[in-house]
Amino acid sequence: MDILKEVTNSDYKYGFYTKIDSDKAPKGLNEDIIRFISAKKEEPEWMLEWRLDAFRQWQKMAEPNWAHVKYTKPNYQDISYYSAPKKKKTLDSLDEVDPELLKTFEKLGISLDEQKRLSGVAVDVVVDSVSVKTTFREKLAEMGIIFCAISDAIKEYPELVKKYIGTVVPKSDNFFAALNSAVFTDGSFCYIPKGVKCPMELSTYFRINEAGTGQFERTLLIADEGSYVSYLEGCTAPMRDENQLHAAVVELVALDDAEIKYSTVQNWYPGDKEGKGGVFNFVTKRGICERNAKISWTQVETGSAVTWKYPSCILKGDNSIGEFYSVAVTNNYQQADTGTKMIHLGRNTKSTIISKGICAGNSEGSYRGLVKIGPRAQNARNFSECDSLLMGNACGSHTFPYIEIKNKTAKVEHEATTSKIGEDQLFYCNQRGIPTEEAIALIVNGYCKDVLNQLPMEFAVEAQKLLEVSLEGSVG
Amino acid sequence: MLKIKNLHASIDGTEILKGIDLEVKPGEVHAIMGPNGSGKSTLSSVIAGREDYEITQGSIEFVGEDIMDLSPEERAHMGLFLSFQYPVEIPGVSVTNFLKTAINESRKGRGLEPMPAKDMLKAMREKMALLEMDKSFMSRSINEGFSGGEKKRNEIFQMAMLEPKLAILDETDSGLDIDALRIVASGVNKLRKKDNAIVVITHYQRLLDHIVPDKVHVLFNGKIVKSGDKSLALELESKGYDWIKEELTA
Repeated sequence: MDILKEVTNSDYKYGFYTKIDSDKAPKGLNEDIIRFISAKKEEPEWMLEWRLDAFRQWQKMAEPNWAHVKYTKPNYQDISYYSAPKKKKTLDSLDEVDPELLKTFEKLGISLDEQKRLSGVAVDVVVDSVSVKTTFREKLAEMGIIFCAISDAIKEYPELVKKYIGTVVPKSDNFFAALNSAVFTDGSFCYIPKGVKCPMELSTYFRINEAGTGQFERTLLIADEGSYVSYLEGCTAPMRDENQLHAAVVELVALDDAEIKYSTVQNWYPGDKEGKGGVFNFVTKRGICERNAKISWTQVETGSAVTWKYPSCILKGDNSIGEFYSVAVTNNYQQADTGTKMIHLGRNTKSTIISKGICAGNSEGSYRGLVKIGPRAQNARNFSECDSLLMGNACGSHTFPYIEIKNKTAKVEHEATTSKIGEDQLFYCNQRGIPTEEAIALIVNGYCKDVLNQLPMEFAVEAQKLLEVSLEGSVG
Repeated sequence: MLKIKNLHASIDGTEILKGIDLEVKPGEVHAIMGPNGSGKSTLSSVIAGREDYEITQGSIEFVGEDIMDLSPEERAHMGLFLSFQYPVEIPGVSVTNFLKTAINESRKGRGLEPMPAKDMLKAMREKMALLEMDKSFMSRSINEGFSGGEKKRNEIFQMAMLEPKLAILDETDSGLDIDALRIVASGVNKLRKKDNAIVVITHYQRLLDHIVPDKVHVLFNGKIVKSGDKSLALELESKGYDWIKEELTA
């Protein structure tokens, strides 16, 4: 059993801190702070009103506690809701980017330079709350594709933002979504025009960077009729002692015949080996599919101390398709309650759920999923597969599937397995010359293959590395 | 090649091996036979370095080195191979990927560069032909959904790829029909060289019709109680293990 114990003891490799000057709102949350944020962002009046309305609703709401996680609720008056790198003039080349920032990216192995040169990926970098640099924007603009910071979109494309923001995740949807609606400071906006296939993968790297700053991202992605886009979201965060709250909202709109592929690799600071510190990740992600549209969520979740996240699809249009592919890793004292909701409203709607949980150390991982078939959803189909892989005896894995069917023609299948990385598997690998750490990586990658295969190539490689790093020292 | 002296090993406080002496020289094929529960599989696990067993006495030398303190993978890197009686499944890991990892980790262990992909594929094709295996094998998840025969063939295929100095074949004949047995045995025979050795662990004589041993040992109650040439295996087959028991108690 000793061989299994050694794998839980590596430190967070991406724990470092970048010094960037920032100006920051005082701690606390009230209408004045919201006015301050809105003014800082030079927002139009309607946006401020929208925020204030969200804030008023939030004040009436209670923090949810139904998830299978335990944490000390943040003091929302002890958080600074705005922090931004100092404004610099428009950047024309990498030379103009803050060298500290470039170093950060180098440590992560994702320098902008390399991104641009090797993968042809347009990167909208979000450090703390303001987009520092948007690449490829002009090139995409030639095709009519808009990919920019949401704060820019609010100013430059107010009609589009106004039309769609809050339509998929309403302001009052839940406690964290309401909070986000009130105070979000940045995030991405993306619009793909009718019939346009976005020629490159759109990518955002998120960083949480300022001690004690909550991070409230807002992403709005609209794929107009017959369009296609693949969007990548990846995150790492610096090591920190206190808890960091993160409450993002992602809204996807897939109009008739459109397809959105949304991939996430999440690696926020999970806290130390004793469970101290780490990011609280309370995210609301949801997409709506119109007729013949398709939304596919793929996530590889390895970070955060507490995760509360259910990327969902509302299959409103006939023949629309929703997919959810997830790998969620918890180690040490991490807790994750994650899954999806597939809401079938239209006829012939289909959904697939593949969830792979990996629990190690003293962690708790839960799958929570809802499959709902509405009364008008003739011939709706769902297939769910929820697997858990346990390492050691101190962790816990739970599955909470909810199924609500209001139409007799529905077909819903649910499969679930729980397995353990066995001594037999490890010995077999060892005997063939494969050391235990490599053996675990091999076994885990095999287990996650169906999900990793859904990721774009270069992202899959990154995700595989992340799985290995996350589980280093984790079998016990 | 392999020198075992007065080896005692136990699991959870129960002694299974009670003083084994065995010497295998390069180029030799040894057969270890014995009834169920005599300690055959324990012996192979202990030689391969499985940590569940505690060695209480004795020594194991492999290619002139004491390997008692080495990990299973270090022993593998030195050229020790164990064909498992019950090969384990690793879902989602293809045979190709598994072998690539095994070969390159072994090479790393010996201070060599990874094998170029082209050479590896070529070698895989050759060895698969040797064992009359279908190409589709390479992309299947290792041992998952394999028939008993496929699993054993896959073990020998890995042996062929890893080119060990010493291969221990633990009950390789169990679960094989007569055709598969012939293919596996002829594969093993083609891998025999002057400088490598094979230890065949088996309950029955039938595999020894195909892989002819230089020496046969009978393991009983944790000890080698009788050694001889290939005729001993035939004698055992006709007389049964009771004959040994009687001889011992007589």
